[in-house]
Amino acid sequence: MASSSVFLVMVSGQIESAEFPEFDEIYLRYNLHYGQDWLVTSGLEEGISQVAKKSQDDRQQIVWNFPIDVTFKSTNPHGWPQLVVHCYGSDFWGTEVSRGYGVCHIPITPGKHKLKIPMFVPESSSLLQKFTSWFLSRRPEYVDARVIARGEGREVTRVRSQGFVNISFNVIMKDMKKLGYDVLPSDVSTVNVPENVGTTATEA
Amino acid sequence: MTSNARRKRKDERLVQSEDEEEGISNPSMEGDLPEMTGTDSSPEMEAAEADALVKTLKTKRRKKKKELADEVISPKDDLARQLKEAKRKSQQKIEDAEREEMEESAPMSVVADDGTLPMPEEEERESVLEEAEGEEVRRLRKKKEETEETLIEGPPGEEEETPPPREEEEPPAKPPSPVPKEPSDEMPSKSLSIKEKMRMRMEKAKEEALSEVKEEEKESRKERRLQRDKKQTTRFDETKPYIGSPHASFEIDENELDRITEEKRLQRLERRKKMPAKGREGFQMPTAEEAFDFFTREWKDEEKEEVEEGVEKAETEKAEKKEGEEAAEQEGAPKPDKPEDEQPLITQDDEMVSDLPTMMCAAYTPDINEQIKKEGEIYFVPSAAEIPATQKVGADFEVRRLEDEGFYVGKRPSAGSRNQNRMEHRLLKEIEKGRESSRAWFGEDGSLLALPDPLRSLPSRPPMPEEVEPVLKLDYKKAVIREFDSRYIDGTTEGIGHYQLDVDLNQVFFTHHHLYSKEHALAQKLTSLYEQYVIRERKNMTAYLGEKLKALKNSALHLQDHIAAHKSEYNLTDRSNYDRRLQDYRAEIIQTRQQRDREEKTDRTLLRHILATWKAIKKERELQTFTNTPVKLQIRKEDGNKVEDERVWKQEVLAEIEELRDEHEREYRRNMLTYEEEMKRYQNQIQAKAEAQKRVDKRRKKIGSKQSIRSGAEDDEQHEKDLELLSEADLTPPDEPSHFDDATVRESVEKKARENRRRPGEPKLHLELSNTATITPTQNCNLDEQRRRADVSKCMIFVKILFNNKEVSRTNMKPLSQDFKVSYGQIYSMKIVQWPESIAFQVHESIGLGSTLVAELCAPIPDTSVTSVSVQLEDLEFSSDRKEKLNRAAVGSGMPFTYGSDNSQLEILMTTGILTYSVAWAVDEHGQALVPPALVNANTMFTHMKKMDPLAAIGAAGVMDLKKLADWFASSHLDPNDPSNADIVYLLRGKGGDTSHLTPAEYFRLEQLMVEFDFVTQQELEENKRFRLIQLRDEEVQEFKNYKMVPAHEREVPRDVFTEYERKKREEQRLKSEGDHDIETQRMAVKRYRQKIRDQVMRRFRRQAHMKNWEDMVKEDMVPNIALLGTSLMKVFARRTPLKPQRKKQKKVVAQSIKGDEVRIIVNISRAQNVPVRLSAAMQAGPQYVSGAVTSRQDTRPLEQTMVRPFVEVMFQHHCIRTSVGDGSNPSFNEELEVPFRAPFDDYSPGNLQTVPDAVFLNIFDEVVVDIQEDDRERGRMVHQRIEKKWLGSLKIPFTTIYFNGKIDGTFRVNAPPVLLGYVYEGLSHGPDDIGINKDLKTLLGLFISIQPPLTQPEPVKERFSTNEDEATMVQADQWKEQISSRFTPKRELKTFVTDVNFKSVFITRYFRPINPPDEFTGKGPELVARYVSLIPFVPDAAIFPGLCDIWNTCDQFLAMLSGDEEEHAILLVNYFLHMGIKAWLICGNAIPEGPTAYVLTEEANVHYIWNPSSGERFRTNDATCPLRSIGCIVNNENIWANIQPYDKPDQMMYSLTETSCWEPLFNNSRRNPGLQSIQPERLYYLQTDKDFVTELQEKIQHVLKNKVMDWRSRYITRWNRHCSQIMRKTLPLLEESLGKSVDQDHIKELEASFSSYKVSGFPINMPFTEVDPIVETVYATGVHGHESNEIEFALAVYVHPYPNSVLSVWVYVASLMKNR
Repeated sequence: MASSSVFLVMVSGQIESAEFPEFDEIYLRYNLHYGQDWLVTSGLEEGISQVAKKSQDDRQQIVWNFPIDVTFKSTNPHGWPQLVVHCYGSDFWGTEVSRGYGVCHIPITPGKHKLKIPMFVPESSSLLQKFTSWFLSRRPEYVDARVIARGEGREVTRVRSQGFVNISFNVIMKDMKKLGYDVLPSDVSTVNVPENVGTTATEA
Repeated sequence: MTSNARRKRKDERLVQSEDEEEGISNPSMEGDLPEMTGTDSSPEMEAAEADALVKTLKTKRRKKKKELADEVISPKDDLARQLKEAKRKSQQKIEDAEREEMEESAPMSVVADDGTLPMPEEEERESVLEEAEGEEVRRLRKKKEETEETLIEGPPGEEEETPPPREEEEPPAKPPSPVPKEPSDEMPSKSLSIKEKMRMRMEKAKEEALSEVKEEEKESRKERRLQRDKKQTTRFDETKPYIGSPHASFEIDENELDRITEEKRLQRLERRKKMPAKGREGFQMPTAEEAFDFFTREWKDEEKEEVEEGVEKAETEKAEKKEGEEAAEQEGAPKPDKPEDEQPLITQDDEMVSDLPTMMCAAYTPDINEQIKKEGEIYFVPSAAEIPATQKVGADFEVRRLEDEGFYVGKRPSAGSRNQNRMEHRLLKEIEKGRESSRAWFGEDGSLLALPDPLRSLPSRPPMPEEVEPVLKLDYKKAVIREFDSRYIDGTTEGIGHYQLDVDLNQVFFTHHHLYSKEHALAQKLTSLYEQYVIRERKNMTAYLGEKLKALKNSALHLQDHIAAHKSEYNLTDRSNYDRRLQDYRAEIIQTRQQRDREEKTDRTLLRHILATWKAIKKERELQTFTNTPVKLQIRKEDGNKVEDERVWKQEVLAEIEELRDEHEREYRRNMLTYEEEMKRYQNQIQAKAEAQKRVDKRRKKIGSKQSIRSGAEDDEQHEKDLELLSEADLTPPDEPSHFDDATVRESVEKKARENRRRPGEPKLHLELSNTATITPTQNCNLDEQRRRADVSKCMIFVKILFNNKEVSRTNMKPLSQDFKVSYGQIYSMKIVQWPESIAFQVHESIGLGSTLVAELCAPIPDTSVTSVSVQLEDLEFSSDRKEKLNRAAVGSGMPFTYGSDNSQLEILMTTGILTYSVAWAVDEHGQALVPPALVNANTMFTHMKKMDPLAAIGAAGVMDLKKLADWFASSHLDPNDPSNADIVYLLRGKGGDTSHLTPAEYFRLEQLMVEFDFVTQQELEENKRFRLIQLRDEEVQEFKNYKMVPAHEREVPRDVFTEYERKKREEQRLKSEGDHDIETQRMAVKRYRQKIRDQVMRRFRRQAHMKNWEDMVKEDMVPNIALLGTSLMKVFARRTPLKPQRKKQKKVVAQSIKGDEVRIIVNISRAQNVPVRLSAAMQAGPQYVSGAVTSRQDTRPLEQTMVRPFVEVMFQHHCIRTSVGDGSNPSFNEELEVPFRAPFDDYSPGNLQTVPDAVFLNIFDEVVVDIQEDDRERGRMVHQRIEKKWLGSLKIPFTTIYFNGKIDGTFRVNAPPVLLGYVYEGLSHGPDDIGINKDLKTLLGLFISIQPPLTQPEPVKERFSTNEDEATMVQADQWKEQISSRFTPKRELKTFVTDVNFKSVFITRYFRPINPPDEFTGKGPELVARYVSLIPFVPDAAIFPGLCDIWNTCDQFLAMLSGDEEEHAILLVNYFLHMGIKAWLICGNAIPEGPTAYVLTEEANVHYIWNPSSGERFRTNDATCPLRSIGCIVNNENIWANIQPYDKPDQMMYSLTETSCWEPLFNNSRRNPGLQSIQPERLYYLQTDKDFVTELQEKIQHVLKNKVMDWRSRYITRWNRHCSQIMRKTLPLLEESLGKSVDQDHIKELEASFSSYKVSGFPINMPFTEVDPIVETVYATGVHGHESNEIEFALAVYVHPYPNSVLSVWVYVASLMKNR
């Protein structure tokens, strides 16, 4: 396969912090979900962070600063990679349970991006199960965290919002234009993306 | 008619009569009947008829009485009084009052007159005003004066600080009183004589009245009377009966009455005690006012006083009155009226007294016995005892029974004898009492008379249709949502645009409300009048018109002067021109003057109204003694200069008169001209007529004298003319135009001026309305007002906002403030998706629970320019026609009420109000109005360029019609070059792009821009490899489903990527195309059919697979049931190290977490049993030792000769792994072998895993060490051996079986060939007769297979497929299933519904029906049929349908596909058995290794057999080797029986189905079989298998196999032993005949005999034919070829046995021959 027929997307960044108003201790895992025409050429596809505790000040933030550094190779923007973040924390009984799932696409424009991902957890299907799941510390979890990157079957689930995770991405692309994909407006030569880009979009 | 109205009518009549009598207009009546009082009473009226008078006076009297009754009953004890007393008292009272009246009449009349006269000493302002004010104002003023007067003049006594409201209300009530009517000069002396007495009495009366009646009471009473409350009416009615009104028909509770009377009396006594003391306080002449009061009010007191005075007085009065009556009739004077009208009342009342017995209490008897006795006198209790017939018939008659006499008497319907007897007793009692006629009830036989049969044979009730007519039946249809609706702005609900309307609801203000007090109503009126006033003031039309008039006059004057001055200079046209102008001026002057007058008049009236209203408010406040509203009108007077004013006034009047005179002059002149003309004509005519008459007369004379005949002709002519002239109609003399009448004109002008203008010297009034009046705090108000205010604050108002007639929002419930305002001040934002059609508000009011709609009002849809930034609040007025009854101090709504004491002016006010609101388009953060785009167009078009907008011009539908659009385009003359029209031009442009001819294209496109959206053409899309690859991948075609990294360019797509796929496609294509003459035509047809089914199923399945459910998505614990909780609790107390540890379930690993090559299949081989031993070894053990080749040379101990050295080889996915060699025929391996597993495409998802076609092959081999030492010399020093493995049997376990079961554990029967040359089963090796042919001894293999890590199993498709089954049956079956399966913890296989090829749920019993087996089998045993069925190739569903569903095919489908899994085989077998008359059932259960499977149960001669349909084997139920491990249920065409026995192993079970404790049927007595039809065909048609094809196939297989064997051992020479093959070929049909079980022993002997010099090892393999390749595979798996030697010879024989319908049994006999050395 000639090198010219692929484009590269290099993503580096951090899962910086999170806001979970209800929980004190959270750690997270991330996965990358991407289409069939994508390949991770370097970097970790999955990661698991340290357990972070909530800050004692007013911001009540949980900070991980967990780095992401992945390079993708692709032939087709279809199935653009998505970052799936799922958080876990210990519950009342000290057992680890899922505390939130969230997903976002890797930004499709080069530059620095800050995202705020809303997190949610699947709800128990009945009140009784809700109780037992709490009692037995067996909160419902997604069979595969990556399902939240897909649309299929989502209609059967019910979720509840939990908090937010702040992520910063630095995206570099190579050979996109060569393959005919233009991710930037033609008149923009230098990218000057404001800091808060994407926050409104994800919140909305 | 209500009593109110009645009363009112009486009033009217009364007044009329008074007027008639005296011609006096009673001032206080003015308000009530202005027209009456206003007109002078004519003399005719005075002479009204006597009886009319009498009548009216009677009514008057009655009315007075009513009032009296009202007064008597004070509000405190507001109930009726005792009858007698009331009557007597009132009677006396009336009499006394009358007498008093007569005495007092002189002063009273003065007073009354005085009361109505305007007071001379009035305030300056009012007098001034009065002059100018109209009639109405004056009237109002007078009332006020009256009140003031009373205030001033009332005695300064202790109680006088507040004007008693009664006094004010009295005047209207006064007219009935006869006081003013009494001629004053009648009895002056009398009045003087009893002056003192009267005064005293009056004093007393007044005091008492004031002390007795409290302020509030008066108020409320006044209120009540004013409103003519219902309450009052009832009271009125109550009193009426006693007075004797014919209308009344009231009954009053006696006890109540008694009580009240008692109270009354006590009160009265008390009062009387007080009275005398008070009465003597002051001796003074009663003032006019007092006198007035006395006669109008104090009746009650008079009455009380005079109650004691005795009845005798009344008697005398009566006499007097009778006399007077006569007098009245003679004189017709008013005086005697009174006695006359009193009389009937009195007499009536007297009669009433005696007539009313209700006043007596019931006599009370204290002794109960006495009471019973008394009751016994009155009551008759008919007994139920029978009465002898004689008694009934009567003593005189004989009892006669018709039956006895032989008549037919019908049988009577049964009736309760007790009731009948009672009736008879009653009748008898009547007879006893003397009513002999009652005897007629009894017949001759003594029974009650009745018809022979009183019952009708037919039911009299009309037949009721029980069933609804089918046409009228209602069908339930689901609601349909119409997504696409033109009302949506963006076409759908999920619009892209964001459009928002902001509705600001500011406040609701009620300009009238039913809780308005009178003052509120007045204040509101005042406010609105004041608003008008302010507006008018601002406009000042009067001044403007005055100025205009002045200017016009000036210019007219100027013009006149001009004309006069330049008269000579102008020619005629000029002059006429000027004249016309002058004329115009004049006309305009007149017009303007009229306008000005009108305006002035309006101003004036308005002012008057305002003042009147303000006065009414003041009065109202005074009346109610508190202030309810904050309105305050300040009147500022600007004193005018009277002299100046008068000058101006006069001047203006003069000017106007002058103008009028001028005008009149001109008119006069004009009229004069015409008059003169007319006059002339008239006179001429008269003259001519006179002359003519003369001539005619003359002629007559002439004729008479007969003078001359000469002049006859001339005369005749003349005569004719004259006659004509004379016959002409006379002209009427014209009226002379009147001269200007200075006096009348002046009078009218002045009158007008007086009416319309401020009079000279009258101060200018400036009004100012302010809300500064202090509202009286609630606690200071009276009770009614307090309640009203409470009601107001209880009243909650809310507004609903309706958008397109749907409620979208509503305000909070807010309480009404005391000034009837509700402020919301809230903006309601509506995001809209539909076109706004209407915005409406509904004002709702709720008092307590529930709410009522007050009004609905519509707001206009705002213009696009109206945004929430620019919008201003607007007022919307609303009104409601809802009637709300007035209560307490409120005036109600839609109900008549009056202001103040004046109960004449009825007002009806409806609830009205103002809603302050605004509706505007919202504005987003960028300042953009959120207006729908099309609305923008529409609106702009609406305003100024409607023509430019096609939507507005031809409507939305028109836009879609291009032709219409083009027409419109042509007609509107749009500029085609205007860029704003570009889109229309583009749309209309034809193909040529000619803009001059804009015609629509001659075609219609549904989706106009679809072509533009295609980025490549369809052809390109198909040709491009890359796109095709992507498409195929998206379609999840097996080959491309997981294709990674589709290259970015087409050229980089690997060229060979499609080759395999295309080959497959071609093959499918070939299959599909008919007329292919391959040898395996039929096979192809089968394949084609299978393909079709497969496609169909796959398509359906794919759709299903993408529908996920909760479990697919979310991992969640199941709801724990009690059992689970119990066990988990038990866990706590469980032993740490139990003696019998239980197997723990391994945690399943989800597919996503598997990263390939870590999945292994673990095969644990524990042991083997019954491994055949080498024949040689067996021989060795026996006496005849054969020094076989197999004997190892080095083994010198013959007894320790190896019997067999078996090992197991596990082969999976081309991985081969083997155990170590075991020893003997029952070796124990205990070895764990691990085979790696790789899923195709590394996809470990359940969906993929279940399609894995691989199988685990377990082969048992005998390891044979062959010494190949060529040279014996080296023996001892060297070992040269060859290890050979001899196949002894195999076991094939499909991967899917392992996957679905999770693990496989047990002892399995190894499939060993029926004949294994060179080997013998050890247990039978001694009996030479039984060599190798014991079918009961089979090699067994103990196994445990599992997958590591455990893979998640596919969830069975839970979806209930659509079904044609009856709903009730389904529910029944589900319940049954649920009920049984819950009973057994390891769930038993229960099947009720299965899925057919059409993905429909079908009831399982429908699959059964006796079906004919092929004709060849008729008469043969069941084994053959079983063999036939087992020869149909077995393919698991999961392989055919790589989904996860189990699909049940019908037998014809099964035979057509020639493949299927257990259930298809089992069903076919059952059906065959049923046809053969064997009792057969299908067993649903678990078997090894299949897992959940289907077997067949038959019953023959009370012995039950279990058949394995896939192998055709038959087991007895107690056979331990039966692979079936558990039975869940058994099914046949009739029923399903669930196994409810404690054990489910076949050998532990009972098989009598009638035993309900063992088997629970689905259909029993309570659950009926609904008569399920079988879905199986009635008959199967079998095709004969082509014999030629079979032989051909046989040849082919043989050929292929030979070649293959040679291929496999290409390193060596393969020699074929033809002789051996021959023998073997002969043997094979025999094997087939014996159904592969037993074999002819001769054959082996023959073989042995022929090849005694060889060591022969070989075996026949039997399999159903599917394709050639599997046969080759199987042969390869046996490893027959694996003899690495040239010296070996092979023998191969193939036999294909044809069965009907192309079911073929393939036999392959392979053997290797090695020469014994």
